[in-house]
Amino acid sequence: MKTLHFFAEHRQEMLGLTGEHLLLVAIYTLIGAIAGIPLGVIAAHRPRFGKWILGFANVVQTIPSLALFGFLIPLPFIGGVGSRTALVALVLYALLPIVRNTATGITGVDPVMREAALGLGLTPRQMLWMVELPLARGIIFAGLRVATVVNVGVATIAAAVGAGGLGMYIFRGVSMVDNRLILAGAIPAALLALVLDFTLGQIESSLKNQRRSSFPLLSFFGVLCASVVIMLFPRSHVSTIVVGGKNFTEQLILGEILAQQIESHTALHVERRLNLAGSLIAHQALIAGEIDMYVEYVGTALQGVLKLPLITDPDAAAARVRSEYASRWGIEAGQSLGFENTFAVLVRGEDARRLHLGTITDAVSYTPKWTAGFGYEFMEREDGFPGLSRVYGLRFAAPPKVLDLTLTYRALAGKQVDLIAGNSTDGLIPALNLTQLADDRHYFPPYQAVTLVRGSTLAAHPEVRAALDALADKIAADEMRRMNAAVDLDHREPRDVAAQFLRASMRY
Amino acid sequence: MIEFRNVRCTVPSGQVLLDGLTLKIEPGETLALLGRSGSGKTTTLKLINRLREPASGEVLVDGKPVRDWDVIKLRRSLGYVIQEAGLFPHFSIARNVALVPTLEGWDPARIVARVKEMLELVGLDPAQFADRFPDQLSGGQRQRVGVARALAADPPVLLMDEPFGALDPITRGEIQQEFVALRDRLQKTVIFVTHDIREALLLGGKIALLEAGHLIAHGTPDEIRASSDLAVKKFLQ
Repeated sequence: MKTLHFFAEHRQEMLGLTGEHLLLVAIYTLIGAIAGIPLGVIAAHRPRFGKWILGFANVVQTIPSLALFGFLIPLPFIGGVGSRTALVALVLYALLPIVRNTATGITGVDPVMREAALGLGLTPRQMLWMVELPLARGIIFAGLRVATVVNVGVATIAAAVGAGGLGMYIFRGVSMVDNRLILAGAIPAALLALVLDFTLGQIESSLKNQRRSSFPLLSFFGVLCASVVIMLFPRSHVSTIVVGGKNFTEQLILGEILAQQIESHTALHVERRLNLAGSLIAHQALIAGEIDMYVEYVGTALQGVLKLPLITDPDAAAARVRSEYASRWGIEAGQSLGFENTFAVLVRGEDARRLHLGTITDAVSYTPKWTAGFGYEFMEREDGFPGLSRVYGLRFAAPPKVLDLTLTYRALAGKQVDLIAGNSTDGLIPALNLTQLADDRHYFPPYQAVTLVRGSTLAAHPEVRAALDALADKIAADEMRRMNAAVDLDHREPRDVAAQFLRASMRY
Repeated sequence: MIEFRNVRCTVPSGQVLLDGLTLKIEPGETLALLGRSGSGKTTTLKLINRLREPASGEVLVDGKPVRDWDVIKLRRSLGYVIQEAGLFPHFSIARNVALVPTLEGWDPARIVARVKEMLELVGLDPAQFADRFPDQLSGGQRQRVGVARALAADPPVLLMDEPFGALDPITRGEIQQEFVALRDRLQKTVIFVTHDIREALLLGGKIALLEAGHLIAHGTPDEIRASSDLAVKKFLQ
């Protein structure tokens, strides 16, 4: 029931995304056909060369789509992030069924037809257009049908590289562990596949009748091409800002905050690409100009993107990131939004109050009587527990318990352990009444959240800078935790949570 | 005029299809290429319109070696009829017949008139058949359309590969009679392949008898009947 209610509430948005999805599939399958049918013809006419073409198409088909996106991202021209990568991937997937069916259809033309055509004096080109393609059209169309249905599925995964469509719901649902969102993406996608399969199946069986002219079909595709072109063109004239984000809850909320802030302070149209799969993809999208901005964390920018050594002083780290981004890519790193998303050493709120604990150093004298619980990753990483215990001289009653990260919060609240290391902005911190101990020796790398914006965007739209500057230092860590909790635990929409935050905090 | 000069034809594996063929076909003549399957009779026919190329020797059409002809132009001047007609299933009867004139860029009105004329020539009512499709016709009707298609652009030569081979005996008898009438009326050079001795004797102005890639007899039906050659006598029985 809750799911149905969600569907009813979001039907406008679901319809829009379904339309976007359909357009994505239609364009890319069409391009696949434009490339694949000639390749199939070549494969049929030159079997030796054809073996290579079919072999290539076969290999491409066996690559899982996420892996294919991974391969494509670093490539120049065809790779990168956003619709271009999705285009290449979807076209490649469409290729195999189209090439194979075209080749099969053409080699399958009755040799008697071929002999008659040759004997009557048809040129090779006339043979192709008047005999081979018309006689193979049913099989070629069956290939198009398979390619279309396959691409409905592949296109959902294209959301990971920012291509939009129903996959946005699915990825958001997976990152927010919200089944309603996953279903809101998966059900329309499945229905779309079924409807397309059925409709194209009807056309295919009508094509089996050799007497029917190909003209209606060709004009149908002509109209389709024309409408796609018409739909694509006017969009480039509108002044649009694209806000990016990585695919986890906090980034969805921050992306919405940026987007709504710009929408309410400028006349610009804002597009959201909030499901990019990780920092690398978001970064590629930013320097390629596919997105204009996204929120990154200083430590990730410094070590993950710039590949520079750790700088423990927060201001020095932020300054280094700012100057490197400006000189390398002309990207401006704004002021901190006011919080860090870093490892957080957590204790129960009641203990913190009773023992007056404010920092990790404060806790060192108590820990020999305590038990700690850590996630696998924190136990293994050099910048996790091993370094932490060395720097602070932490000792525990027993070796730390190792358990799944999300379970450590419950274990702490349930008094099975007394100290854990979590994420500083996790919504469970306020929900379970936990207290973060300050990292007074600056052991953890600084991870302040900063907005990265393309310099060219700020130059073209100075009003964007004003809107973003107003957000500086506005989001405290506990505010971020509350918003994460609202989405993760109360299942509220990131959009609504962001709007509420802006209404409340921007009044001042 | 069509002429073979010491023609040898092989397949890539080296098997010899035809060897030492020397033969002249005069304008207006009807020649039956007679022989068992594998004797080289279809090969001989296909050497004329270059569906096959000779390994050595020369084939001449109108005094010019076929390899010096533009192959498309050559084929369009040689009407071609094959067994089971080879009509295009996705073309109406009218479009099938109109094919070569269309390719040659004839005026549409002239094409319509020509299609009508050709269908009438082969004994099919244009009003009834023009808009039908090949799968709606009987075998005999299809074969007539095949002939109409081959004759549409008025080529001086007609090549026919076992044109009546797939028909039932009664239809075959009928259509053979019509062929004789047509042949006498049109005065074209006709070369047709058959394995049926009676058909060759009935329709051929001359007969070329082939056996295992060699021409073993060439002459009028009477000359062939009167031959004292052992191999020919054996074939006639």
